[in-house]
Amino acid sequence: MGKTMKIALAGEGGQGVQSVAEILAEAANEDGKQALYIPNFGVEQRGGVSIAYVQIGDENIGAPKFIAADILIPLSPRAVQRTREHAGKNTVYIYDNSLIQQAEVNDHIVGLQYFDVTPPNPRSEQPNRDLPQDLIAGEPKTASFMTKSQGVRPEDIPEVKKVIAIPANDIAKNELHPRVFNVIILGAVIAATQILPMDSIKNALETKLGAKFNANPALRDMNFKALERGYELVHSAM
Amino acid sequence: MQELEEDGILQPAMPSCWCQETKPHKFCPGCGHGIILKVLGEAIDELGIKDTMVFGCDIGCSLLSWDLFSIDTVQTHHGRTTPVITGMKRANSDIIGVAYMGDGGGYAIGSQHLFNAAVRNEKITILLCNNCNYGMTGGQMAPTTLPGMKTETTPYGRDVSETGYPTKGPEMVAAVAPEGAYVARGTIANVRQLKGFIKKALENQIAGRGISFVECLSSCPTNWRTNAKQTWEFVEKDMAGFFKVGELRGSEVKEG
Amino acid sequence: MAEVLLQGEQRVFMTGNEVVAWAAVAAKADIMYGYPITPQNEIMHYWTRLAPKHGKRFLQVEDEISAGFTTVGGVMTGRKAFTATAGPGNVLMQESANMAEMMRVPIVYVVQQRGGPSTATVIYAQQETTLTCFGGNGEGHRLVYSTATHQELFDYTIKAFNMAWTYRFPTFVLGDGYQAKMRESLTMYNPEEKGIQLVKPVPLLGDTTKPERQFKHLRNTYNTEDELYKVVMNNQRDWDNMAEKVVEWDEKGCEDAEVILLTHGIVARSAITAYQQLRAEGKKVGFFRPITLRPFPGKELKEAIKNAKKLLVAESAYGQFLKMVQNNIFGSQIEIVPLLRPGVGITTEEIVAEYHKLS
Repeated sequence: MGKTMKIALAGEGGQGVQSVAEILAEAANEDGKQALYIPNFGVEQRGGVSIAYVQIGDENIGAPKFIAADILIPLSPRAVQRTREHAGKNTVYIYDNSLIQQAEVNDHIVGLQYFDVTPPNPRSEQPNRDLPQDLIAGEPKTASFMTKSQGVRPEDIPEVKKVIAIPANDIAKNELHPRVFNVIILGAVIAATQILPMDSIKNALETKLGAKFNANPALRDMNFKALERGYELVHSAM
Repeated sequence: MQELEEDGILQPAMPSCWCQETKPHKFCPGCGHGIILKVLGEAIDELGIKDTMVFGCDIGCSLLSWDLFSIDTVQTHHGRTTPVITGMKRANSDIIGVAYMGDGGGYAIGSQHLFNAAVRNEKITILLCNNCNYGMTGGQMAPTTLPGMKTETTPYGRDVSETGYPTKGPEMVAAVAPEGAYVARGTIANVRQLKGFIKKALENQIAGRGISFVECLSSCPTNWRTNAKQTWEFVEKDMAGFFKVGELRGSEVKEG
Repeated sequence: MAEVLLQGEQRVFMTGNEVVAWAAVAAKADIMYGYPITPQNEIMHYWTRLAPKHGKRFLQVEDEISAGFTTVGGVMTGRKAFTATAGPGNVLMQESANMAEMMRVPIVYVVQQRGGPSTATVIYAQQETTLTCFGGNGEGHRLVYSTATHQELFDYTIKAFNMAWTYRFPTFVLGDGYQAKMRESLTMYNPEEKGIQLVKPVPLLGDTTKPERQFKHLRNTYNTEDELYKVVMNNQRDWDNMAEKVVEWDEKGCEDAEVILLTHGIVARSAITAYQQLRAEGKKVGFFRPITLRPFPGKELKEAIKNAKKLLVAESAYGQFLKMVQNNIFGSQIEIVPLLRPGVGITTEEIVAEYHKLS
């Protein structure tokens, strides 16, 4: 029985963890692997923590959710608290130790029941043109990164196999662009899992954002740079 | 209309789309349903739409019409005839769909369906029998019970400060239905006019213009506990005094 | 009218709601009626995108009562019509399901269960099991498929239309919020290319292509006890006859099992993984899962558990499935160990842990 890799990503609404998970799962599927992605969703409360569960493997995948993650990536201090149960003794734990920003979720997020769950329809042409683009891109314009983070308290980090701290937010803000924060994370996940080649992720990004990339090639460079930056951060630490 | 005289005996005049085997019908003596359904039958005969029609009836006394016509008929749940006929018409637009209901079905339990069918301008015909009370369940207050009127649940008379005023259905439908709607209120006290309204309501659907809604002022001597004279007085004076008879929308629709 | 599209087999990766919309297209459904409620909304979203391309229709109505009854109306005209709902919407839709039971209207409902009771969560549960199987003032004359994977959502949605139109009982595809929202791969296909014959719908009323037809009076109201008894018993006989032909289940390793894991729907995924893990460790464990909850594979379950000592029943509800199990294995002395978690998911780890508590 081939092992199924269990990945849990958690972050504040607007940090884009669901898009990371979605792209990851789609890339794995395109790569011929079995993949399953399920967001936690709900009538999101203001400032809710959003978790994405992804499993990738060679065999059919069982339950959509799991307790112990192989890779656990909480991206805010609250996400660290919220994902405590997913940290096991074999977990590789990647967290964001940036000090700059934490998402602040706007009021109107309340009542958006499918918040963070994007329904693209890959079989029709431009199927989502009529859907709210801010929801589709997985970066709902419902969050701003304005407040200063308290930072993750070291004593909150659970006991796991390996802990890797990456200042993704700081890098996004200072070196690239705040909006590619989640792409840095995507790169980090690829490095941590070693289950997919970088090219398949690039292809998945291309599929997802190709139109935007073509309209603005600088965007492609920015995203791929973020992807590689994230990869290096974790790869050098593994 | 069939031959009136058979074997030298004068027969009751019945529309040919009425199902002879199920006659006499099941309504109480003096009930207005029979009159409304007779003029409906005559209109169907004249328009020759029997074969493309589906007749839907509600719960309440209107359900007693479930075998009245020689026409495809579905008896539904209380208040749900509008959505059932809507669903049919949306699935097969060749059907002429007629939803028949009482004031409880249309203005109380199924009011959201009537309202929204009107807003969507569903290409169906809704006929509603207003007899100021719930007949089949024994004469309780209905949305249309007149102020001060005694029913089983308003034994001292309907107190409008507690229960509000009677629902004016055609006025509501006329207010919300888009262009193409036909809305009227007729009465069994003026059969010729009522038939004209019902026929126009059917023609409006045949032409695919929009929703057609006709409320019919009717009688319920059994629950009103009235004799013939009192019954007619109530229909002609009390009811017509409160519920204004006439066309509210689409009066330009020509009689066929 | 433009017709289908699906050719050959296509491996796709999508959400369960999207799968349902595609399956309805593959089953040649004609029209969907709907009212928004999470987590089934995307079934409508995808259907409304797909429908116009394939000459199909959609009507958004004022509530789930109307969604149910407009669907009944559509089915009566001989169109393959369906609707989808969840939670409180499922409660409202039971009224139309009742009428469909009584009048033998082959309506298809897709239910993506959410937490209950009341508004509860929009996320997930298996708390609509009793409601979907028995909702209403009748005998539960319906067919209910409890799916576990996207492949099953596709297969059984197509099957639901076929079974509904074959046996003329309302048919439910019972999914849940997890299945609605998660993404995984499946193979879509054109059923007719695979030799699955699509049952042709026929009008129950209003066949405008046959003006010379004999008119019909369809009713659900009866005057006397005897009249009603005859109708209900007739439906019961038809339902019993159907039951043998449509009942479906899955079982593994029950012959020599001491403990059998008994689940339905998506929880069966956790159970099958637990079964594989425990078997790999040499544990004598079995797996049983009804795919049809109505009719329930009672005979098959009784046979499967006859050598076992314990039955571990896990569900995301507080005993709704358990009651069906108890009812169906009445007389058996087997010890039942329930793992009941209303409104929350059950992981493989939890089932394995529960198993280890047994010994």
